[in-house]
Amino acid sequence: MGGMTDQVLWYTTRAAGAVSLLLLSGVVVLGLLARLRVEGRGWPRFLSAALHRDLALIALVFLTLHVVTAVVDPFTHLGVVSATVPFGSYYRTFWLGLGTISLELMIAVAVTSLLRHRIGPRVWRAVHWLAYGAWPLAVVHSIGTGSDAMSVWMLAIDVVCIITVGTAAVWGVFAAPRDPLAAERRVAAMRAGAGVAR
Amino acid sequence: MVAQRITVNRIACDGHGLCAGVLPEMIKLDDWGYPIIEARGVPRELMEHARRAVDSCPMLALHLEDRR
Repeated sequence: MGGMTDQVLWYTTRAAGAVSLLLLSGVVVLGLLARLRVEGRGWPRFLSAALHRDLALIALVFLTLHVVTAVVDPFTHLGVVSATVPFGSYYRTFWLGLGTISLELMIAVAVTSLLRHRIGPRVWRAVHWLAYGAWPLAVVHSIGTGSDAMSVWMLAIDVVCIITVGTAAVWGVFAAPRDPLAAERRVAAMRAGAGVAR
Repeated sequence: MVAQRITVNRIACDGHGLCAGVLPEMIKLDDWGYPIIEARGVPRELMEHARRAVDSCPMLALHLEDRR
């Protein structure tokens, strides 16, 4: 019975980790879409933001499952320290440490988001940038450690996540930030120029 | 209960336009994407949507205030 439970725990850790990575990649993509003010027929702007938030909360549930089952798993004896102190684990110290840092950055992002009306937009946005650090750390953590790290399906998940987020990020960098008053500014500049010429 | 109205901090507002999608009954967007909000108090049946609209603002520029 004990061995059966151990196996269930370890399988849960692995599955929840993979699901977390997929969900978090979706969260990052939706965050970028919201930032780019993407909209379309049947896709109002508030949808990206609402999905971003809801998916993030679901991802946190799976992340909690991933961490808790790993911590209590009797085979690896990870303990609470490896989940809370970066590089505090005797087991695969470096790769696990990246996961720990990623987890803590995500907690910071989540907590400040839930408290954004109290702490104000500046602090909230500043802390939110940490998400761009948390995601790559999670990806490297998933490639560097885990029973499934080198299996084809896990590598496929990694590749899909990297390509999806990478595409959205590159698009985000190169898409010019929309200035709703751009046309007015041009007209005003032209008028000003004409005034000077006269 | 005093009816509340929706106000916008025009300096903080960046024209994301989410609020108009959440509460089209009371918020329209001008030609540049900035919100035009009905000055009347929020009717009881729209209160929940008004709260969501306030909550949806990525710039935290929308507020519910007691009507003066």
